[in-house]
Amino acid sequence: MNTTARLTPRTTILDERITMKYGAGGRAMRALIEGVFVAGAAEAPGDGIAIGLAAMDDGAAIRIGDRWLVVTTDSHVIHPVFFPGGDIGRLAVSGTVNDLAMMGATEVLALTCGVILEEGFALEDLRRIQASLAATCREAGTTVVTGDTKVMGRGELDGIVLNTTGIALTDRVVPDAGLRPGDRLLLTGTVGDHGMAVMASRHGLDFGGELRSDVAPLNGLIRLALAAGGADLVAMKDPTRGGLASALHEMATKSGVGILLDEAAVPVTSEVRAAAELLGIEPLHVANEGKAVIGVRPEAAGRVLAALRGHPLGRDATVIGTCLTELPGSVLLDTGFGRRLLAEPEGEPLPRIC
Amino acid sequence: MDSTGGFAELKFRDPQRGKALAAEAARLARAIGRDPIALMHVCGSHEQAIARFGLRASFPPEVDLIMGPGCPVCVTDQPEVDEAVALAMSGVRVATYGDMLRVPGTAQSLGDAQAEGARVDVVYSFSQAMDLARSTRDEVVFFATGFETTAVATAAAILDPDRPANLSILSAHKYILPAMEIVAEVPGTRIEGFLGAGHAATITGWGLFEPFARKYGRPVVIAGFEPLDILAALVKLLELVQDGRAEVANMYPRCVTKEGNRRAQEQLWRVFETTGGEWRGIAYVPDGNLRIREEFAAADARRRFAIDTSAQRSAAPAALVKECLCGAILSGLAAPHDCPLFGKECVPDRPVGACMVSSEGACKIWYQYGGRPDLTALPALQESAG
Repeated sequence: MNTTARLTPRTTILDERITMKYGAGGRAMRALIEGVFVAGAAEAPGDGIAIGLAAMDDGAAIRIGDRWLVVTTDSHVIHPVFFPGGDIGRLAVSGTVNDLAMMGATEVLALTCGVILEEGFALEDLRRIQASLAATCREAGTTVVTGDTKVMGRGELDGIVLNTTGIALTDRVVPDAGLRPGDRLLLTGTVGDHGMAVMASRHGLDFGGELRSDVAPLNGLIRLALAAGGADLVAMKDPTRGGLASALHEMATKSGVGILLDEAAVPVTSEVRAAAELLGIEPLHVANEGKAVIGVRPEAAGRVLAALRGHPLGRDATVIGTCLTELPGSVLLDTGFGRRLLAEPEGEPLPRIC
Repeated sequence: MDSTGGFAELKFRDPQRGKALAAEAARLARAIGRDPIALMHVCGSHEQAIARFGLRASFPPEVDLIMGPGCPVCVTDQPEVDEAVALAMSGVRVATYGDMLRVPGTAQSLGDAQAEGARVDVVYSFSQAMDLARSTRDEVVFFATGFETTAVATAAAILDPDRPANLSILSAHKYILPAMEIVAEVPGTRIEGFLGAGHAATITGWGLFEPFARKYGRPVVIAGFEPLDILAALVKLLELVQDGRAEVANMYPRCVTKEGNRRAQEQLWRVFETTGGEWRGIAYVPDGNLRIREEFAAADARRRFAIDTSAQRSAAPAALVKECLCGAILSGLAAPHDCPLFGKECVPDRPVGACMVSSEGACKIWYQYGGRPDLTALPALQESAG
């Protein structure tokens, strides 16, 4: 077959004004980062930066002696601030810790935390958020060492914005571009929980079951996977905004492989599936905040899977797909009935869920 | 919670039964011995399900299941959009479903009008339009689209004694049967049978299609929207084609009866009557549009306002529109990837034609689900995912 045909059209043209889709984690956001920030970036001061902005990875890696300093930053806006399974404080710590972990850096030295508050924000809510933030730091074995606080006028932002930056040292950096044909893709658990819980909570939808965000720091789980996989663990990505579909597309594109995804193997709770059916949203497009996609050489799949399943956050871990020579940059979905290409989400099903 | 096996647990989504049905369809197609065997569905929701589950890959290679005029938003023609735009530009608040916002009129879409300051509100249901009308003293017009299923909801709302007096309806509702007749009457048409839309048939009953099947000598099989519904209906349709039986079969009996929903039909025909109209890209369809009866003139935006669309119609259409194949796609003569604009100039963010606008539009669906590549040559999942 002709594998060079452009089967999934790519959007590269930027609009004159920023719309919500540019923050949704999909193609449009990548085009924006590439077209504005990467294209306009200053030159690197030395050759110590192994993974920089142009790599568009989860974070950057800078050579420090014989080790790597991994650094990442993430801003968090979410409505509602408190949602089933978490809150913006837990999200802010988990998001940054997970970005570091996806680079292979699981020993988080420290976080910074910048807070921008809207005039009128309740102090009690702020205390709750801080307590959650501190508890999540303990869970991840790190702490906030410096911060910044600003207040903006009423209506100038939606309640609270949290920015966290994290730093961690590691001996080996795991990029998200290390896949080759034959590699297996593991998923650490169910997908769609975070996005669906937030959407349901925001819109007051009651699906009769329990929808809870999966937001959690993954560095402990990833540490086990790295120990089991060693050099055979070759790529990692957390499927946040844009969901599993977006994460797999990014991995396929950066590694130049095709990905064959077995839809029936992707774990989805019955609650999430029911909500997704009702709302007409694909769980594969819904955000997660406590999951990872891990690419391994085929011979290591069994032992990494066993390691993941030994951790509470990896109980439902499973093999979801395989890397192909064919269709580089594309994700092929086997539905059990047939095959189709899994398109990358264009925007978010509903705005701002992480 | 079962997090691993839930996919197959859903009724009508058992891949094993799907494979058995696909094998039976393949056997029938071979037995018929023609290639291609052209069949048509007339429902955007069928195309959604077919694309979503990659069903085309499991159809017999001889079967060419063509998308017919099954997307009500897509077949809403420019003059109807022009009316809505003219109303919005004249200061009336226009409420409509999100899909309608970007459907191109002659010169402008409702979205364009909104950008120029006209008040256009996106609603998810008629009742939301009622709430909007109650919250304002302005005139509110609900720009209503859809086939029988949604037309029934509009009819019920028009009959609702609590409907606010400042709310009227601009009907772009369509009636599917006359459009199927147009397709069947095309000289030299290749279509050998139809899959009927399950949800429309829930209202009309499957009996409605019997005179059609007899008159045009083509079988109609009413189909639901789960993968097994569609595969089972395809098998039935191939059986009828093989036997040369121009009959109606109901393969969606859990929802559809022969008589349909009598009460809904009464409401529908009490409020609406059929009238002829242009369907985008298809033709003039006699009796294809639903207009509000005179008895309900107060609820009919066309009678309530003198709608002047001359400003819209005098404007020149955009150059790209001339290359758009929406018309051919809607009438089953072309597929989205035959269009030079598909996925290039025409994407969901910047649609050129209506088929890229609606979530039921063939182009939008194909774009969303990655088109129809030939995926049969790839390694089997079992071999590679092990």
